[in-house]
Amino acid sequence: MSVLFDILGSVGMWEAVLRIATPLILGTLGVLLCERVGVLNLGIEGIMAFGAMIGWLTVYQGGDLWTGMLAAALGGAAFGFLHALLTVPLGLSQHVTGLGITLFASSFAYYVFRLAVPTASSPPTIDPFQPLSVPVLSEIPFLGPVLFNQTAPTYLAVAFVALIAWGLYRTPLGLAVRMAGENPHALDAQGIDPIWLRIGTIMAGSALMGMGGAFLTLSAFNSFFPTMIQGRGWVCVALVVFASWRPGRALLGALLFALFDAFQLRLQTVVDGVPYQLFLMMPYLLSIVALIIMARRARVPQALMQPYRRGER
Amino acid sequence: MSKLLINRRRLLSTGAVLGASTLFAPSILRAQTALKVAGIHASPVENAWNSVLHAALQAAHDEGMIEYTFSEGVSGTDYPRAMREYAESGNALIVGESYAVEREARQVAGDYPDTAFLMGSSGEASGDNFGVFGTWNWEAAYLCGMLAAAMTQTGKVGSVGAIPIPEVNMLINGFADGVHAVNPDVEHSVSFIGTFFDPPRAREAGLAQIDSGADILFGERIGTADAARERGIKAIGSMIDYTPRYPDTVFANALWSFRPLLDAAVADTGAGNPTGKNYTPLSLMKDGGNDISYVEGVAPAEAVARMEEVRAAIKAGEFEVPRNFEEPA
Repeated sequence: MSVLFDILGSVGMWEAVLRIATPLILGTLGVLLCERVGVLNLGIEGIMAFGAMIGWLTVYQGGDLWTGMLAAALGGAAFGFLHALLTVPLGLSQHVTGLGITLFASSFAYYVFRLAVPTASSPPTIDPFQPLSVPVLSEIPFLGPVLFNQTAPTYLAVAFVALIAWGLYRTPLGLAVRMAGENPHALDAQGIDPIWLRIGTIMAGSALMGMGGAFLTLSAFNSFFPTMIQGRGWVCVALVVFASWRPGRALLGALLFALFDAFQLRLQTVVDGVPYQLFLMMPYLLSIVALIIMARRARVPQALMQPYRRGER
Repeated sequence: MSKLLINRRRLLSTGAVLGASTLFAPSILRAQTALKVAGIHASPVENAWNSVLHAALQAAHDEGMIEYTFSEGVSGTDYPRAMREYAESGNALIVGESYAVEREARQVAGDYPDTAFLMGSSGEASGDNFGVFGTWNWEAAYLCGMLAAAMTQTGKVGSVGAIPIPEVNMLINGFADGVHAVNPDVEHSVSFIGTFFDPPRAREAGLAQIDSGADILFGERIGTADAARERGIKAIGSMIDYTPRYPDTVFANALWSFRPLLDAAVADTGAGNPTGKNYTPLSLMKDGGNDISYVEGVAPAEAVARMEEVRAAIKAGEFEVPRNFEEPA
């Protein structure tokens, strides 16, 4: 038991939590925005892959890290636009379109990567974001290194949570976004076009997904591998349900998932005789349990997955 | 049949032995020109394992020994199709990996008896033309372990692996055995990331190892050394030479070479010998299939000297590193 407390009390683990959570926070916020406006976006896995690639490539070609982040956001938004075009004005199946976007975007990322970078024994590297110690605050014992010694995109991700929470609940635009996902007809009656609002919001959400992917190549690691997203996008889709479509809880869900992951990686090294698969299962298993508990009270956006056609009842 | 006809026609046009039976025709023909070899990689060629194959094939191509074409990132569902396509297009030898398609790959090989296959596989060779090989660089890992045991200050070293399949297990066990051969009191812990391609996760696993006290990391997966660099400790690479990528961090590598296996398979194919056998033993250190590389002056001189003794003994066939496929605890 003391081993467990040693792990739970270590700065290293809590530091890892926020780090592991960052791509999940960005991705979950992205999915949340799309679903809040009424569109499921299963393109996330591919959009993250493309964001990871284009962000990294921009830096590799000489851009600075923030330009890379911007490129990832723009790349994500471009795929978001494609997804939106197919699902919003054309009203196609959101499941099929999303999966198609994932296949297309991840293969396209691989293709561009191969065109731009010659084959090598291990992929070329860039200089990634370094941890940024916030003056004074990072000196606080325990909390300091955990919260205030992260890389810049992590701070940005947390700031996005606050920004989106504020935007959704405190601004007219946020009200319109939520309304587009609940009752687009009423929104239309107010003189706001749900079609364009949906397209714009999906693009914004997809931009966040792209940045989530770019975190992996610009901060968590310094190279791009075509297969490196590894299901993080799908985790985000589940986390949105866990979060009941609310930004604050999305942050909580991402942190919880990352906590289980950081915890199991450390348990593996100290506990003998337990199959490692059990540890690897932990974050997913506990997420399902948490999902069962949380989803009971979830309020699903009423117009989620319903294409809006003007004048149709 | 069309394939045989083409062979005969080419044979006539080159004016070679007219009376040769069709059985010998391919071998005579191939002896004159570079052997057509195709590589089918299930992963991008940057993946360490595939990069070793790719580098060996590319080098053989540059030397004029073979004519190499390849596909990469071929998924399991597409793999048999790619094998057929390369067989149909007249490649004499097809190199790849059948881990995800063991049964289908053998079926394809059965359909193309005139084409030789050399596949990374967990299974056995089959027929006359389906050869297999494993990845054995555990001897080099053992030697790396010997250095690590002499260098650790905390008395704890850690390994980060992908998934405990036999070849990964053997490698990590080899490292652990090397550590314990020098100092039985050094603790060795291992963590698996549950996937082959997730460097950020391997880095997190490495950081977790360091948090629990390890001060030398053995990175079966890329990403491990990033953790070591971040915390200013030393790491050991596997498969390829990671020292250029992490100059001050990775001080030793358990290198694996595909070249001896490739050369043997190309020779067999060229001579018309059956290739349906297990080429794995050519990965042994005494055959030049795996070896340690290390940065001079990082490990203590006496540790290096002791390691070099064992290295020489392995190469001379006087010492055998224990081979253990069991999942490391």
